[in-house]
Amino acid sequence: MTNLAHSTDPQIVTAPQETAKVSLFRRILRNPMALGSLTFLAVAVFCAAFAQFLAPHDPNTSVISNVLSPAGGENPLGTDGAGRDVLSRLLYGAQFSLAGALVALATALVIGVTGGLLAGYFGKWIDTGWTWVISLLMALPNIIVLLAARAVVGPSLWAAMLIFGIMLSPAFFRLVYASVSAVRNELYVDAARVSGLSDSRIIARHVLTVVRAPIVIQSAIVGGIALAVQSGLEFLGLGDIKVPTWGAMLSDGFTNLYTAPTLILWPALAIGLTLIALTLLANSLRDELERSTGPRKQNRRKPTKPQPEAAAEDIVRHDEREPEGEIVLDVSHLSVGYPTPDGGIKRVVNDVSLTVRRGEVHGLVGESGSGKTQTAWSILRLLPEGGKIVGGSIHFQGKDLATLSEQEMEKLRGRKIAYIPQEPMSNLDPAFTIGSQLVEPMRICLKISAREARERALALLARVGIPNPERTFAAYPHEVSGGMAQRVLIAGAISCNPDLLIADEPTTALDVTVQAEVLDLLRDLQSEFQMAVILVTHNFGVVADLCDRVSVMRLGRIVETGPTRSIFADPRHPYTQELLGAILSEAEPRGPLVTAGAPGQPVSTRSASNQKGAVQ
Amino acid sequence: MITFIVRRLLTGLVLLAAITTLGFTLLYLGGGDIARKILGENADEQTVALKAQELGLDRPVFAQYGDWVVNALGGDLGASWFSGQPVAAAILSRLAVTLSLVTGAVVLIAIISVTLGVLAATKREWIDRVAQVIALLGFAIPNFLFAVALVLLFALTLGWFDPTGYVQFTTSPSGWAKTVTLPVVALALGGIAAITQQVRGSVIDALRNDYVRTLRSRGIPARRVILKHVLRNAAGPALAVLAVYFVGLMGGAVIVEQVFAIPGLGQVAVQATTQGDIPLVMGLLVATGIIVIVFNLLVDLAQGWLNPKVRLS
Repeated sequence: MTNLAHSTDPQIVTAPQETAKVSLFRRILRNPMALGSLTFLAVAVFCAAFAQFLAPHDPNTSVISNVLSPAGGENPLGTDGAGRDVLSRLLYGAQFSLAGALVALATALVIGVTGGLLAGYFGKWIDTGWTWVISLLMALPNIIVLLAARAVVGPSLWAAMLIFGIMLSPAFFRLVYASVSAVRNELYVDAARVSGLSDSRIIARHVLTVVRAPIVIQSAIVGGIALAVQSGLEFLGLGDIKVPTWGAMLSDGFTNLYTAPTLILWPALAIGLTLIALTLLANSLRDELERSTGPRKQNRRKPTKPQPEAAAEDIVRHDEREPEGEIVLDVSHLSVGYPTPDGGIKRVVNDVSLTVRRGEVHGLVGESGSGKTQTAWSILRLLPEGGKIVGGSIHFQGKDLATLSEQEMEKLRGRKIAYIPQEPMSNLDPAFTIGSQLVEPMRICLKISAREARERALALLARVGIPNPERTFAAYPHEVSGGMAQRVLIAGAISCNPDLLIADEPTTALDVTVQAEVLDLLRDLQSEFQMAVILVTHNFGVVADLCDRVSVMRLGRIVETGPTRSIFADPRHPYTQELLGAILSEAEPRGPLVTAGAPGQPVSTRSASNQKGAVQ
Repeated sequence: MITFIVRRLLTGLVLLAAITTLGFTLLYLGGGDIARKILGENADEQTVALKAQELGLDRPVFAQYGDWVVNALGGDLGASWFSGQPVAAAILSRLAVTLSLVTGAVVLIAIISVTLGVLAATKREWIDRVAQVIALLGFAIPNFLFAVALVLLFALTLGWFDPTGYVQFTTSPSGWAKTVTLPVVALALGGIAAITQQVRGSVIDALRNDYVRTLRSRGIPARRVILKHVLRNAAGPALAVLAVYFVGLMGGAVIVEQVFAIPGLGQVAVQATTQGDIPLVMGLLVATGIIVIVFNLLVDLAQGWLNPKVRLS
């Protein structure tokens, strides 16, 4: 929060964007596709600008004796159906076609950007009006509107492009409006307003800088559309015959398609290449822009926060008598990695070994980014895109899951290994009823009839403590509460009697009172079905409540492992001590603050990690 | 659900009213001396005045509009100024042709875009490149250029299809297919490009959802999760883009019909605008407006089926 002071100073806020812009422009020049497109467009613009000097003939002078003559001599590209020089028409065509497109683009820009700025910055009522205008503009095909306009104003390239520009203005309006209304409520804009900057200066400084690059991209696209529609209109033969455009050449070429098929080639190439250049330019601009703002985006998507890989160190093992019971899962020296942009592999799980026996709950504890969830997903072999098991083995019922084929793995999931996710709402498909999401896997895994599966699902819903199973069965996910949804997910996980249950922070997203109920339910089910359970959590309260054994993870490695009782009594690794200390200190003198929640409930881990941050 | 449909229909009607009002005002006020245009330069003043009176052009525009609305509500869109044919009949006789082209294009777009988009999103690699190239070409090449290329290759060089003309389905199904295939393909290219990109993007987004992992953890094979769950969740955004694109499809049909000399609405449109046949132009605005509104309603209904949350709002 220390940078709040900086944000009142507009200089500091705009400065980084300025540099980003410059480097974006430089990068565009280094991008071969963008450079190629720019070069082509530059040549086209050059031809357009100097058509008067470049063209060997007047574009409209027809020589009746010289109709459809082949290329060569006086006419390097031949003559058209009216005996006019094709090359001259092509050069003048560039002038008029591009100028026409420019008229449309400029009109759209002026109306769209001004409207978007005003509506976005000053408020809602302009928005309501504009929304209507836009839906009106979008309800009619633009060719039909342009045809109707022609019926009134006659064949004029400029009038048509002006009208089309108005119709294209929503493209800019929407873009600017969205960015502006997002920026309007930013703190730094408020701060600028408070510090006495006028509205127009705020718009120029803070708002236009945000939308500048997207407007450039949109301009390339809109310019292309204008050129395409303009050519289409002229192609129909509805243009002004006195104005030489590429579209008019197309029209002439099409009339003579059977006698002189090459006639249509030149304008088609000119239009096609210009449009491709504009599209490529817009695409590479967008790519470069995304790349320059990329890192922030990527972080959100990446499963773990980038953290340094921990150096290998000795794992603290607590002594214990060899426990009884058959080993269900034996993970040894497991490593999981993600490819990095420079071609290497970033390990997020490193040399992790753990065993889980029948009827045993093994807690996997650590802060976010410690690799515990990655470990859980790799056992299910459901790592996010790019994630791979890069070392070690996962032995489960005589098979090594690290190397098993996907088909074999599909047979194990649900039937033998089940999974309870962290966030209940996002883990149910919003488009299907809860019932169908329970029935579908059971029909596949247990090969039972729909009717049987339905009965079983209802029984399961009752078993996990849902008061009205019939109603929940028929409900959609958005119609139930988070606690209910988590019970549904638990019911789904145990529906095919798995031997191993992997629960990834099953209570983190729930209210404190619901947490306790769900933990009770998990404990009951675990002892009822004698499942082996891996419980991923960052909450030592949950560990104390449920787990037989604990492994503490930090930066992708296990640092301490042993029976729960022993670790609580005698935490030896400094990191374990720190995690445990965070809970204990919170329970102590600041009574009133903590009792806001129910006393004795598992401590909120968010505050635990905050405290950790304060310690460091 | 019924209130949902009624509300959408009402919005559509308001939109249609706005379109016709605007269209009528601009066309009749901006048209200049219409009677003179119809009769030509050589007609004397008296004949012109008589013609204007006959067409009701001497009355105030809002009175003319009032008459037009009353008649239109009864299904009478007036008569063409030049052929004297009733506008409604002229449009209805061509509507089926244009609609069959547009419907064909929508079906083609849906099939190819979904297949290609899903493959590009899940397999990536080369098929993703193919989708990208199609997207680029589809966006950059106007449909009439593509249509001309198709005529040159498949009709004139290879002779697989007829270059021009239209055979009614009831007359000869194979003849209909021969005349309709190339126009439909030409019309669909742009849509395929746009919708494939959208399907690809929204499938990639949908694949990132947590429930995909959870469903797979229950033992549902990946392919089934994609085809049933991911696709259904990804279909919403793709349909929204299709609804926007549909308007462009109606406009594209006008041009593509010209290339293949197909007697559809496009022909009426070009003829009416070059002559300045304003009742016919108004009829066209009404017809395309209604088609677009009906299609949007269908899309909204489909959205409701796809996404149970939409049904509530």
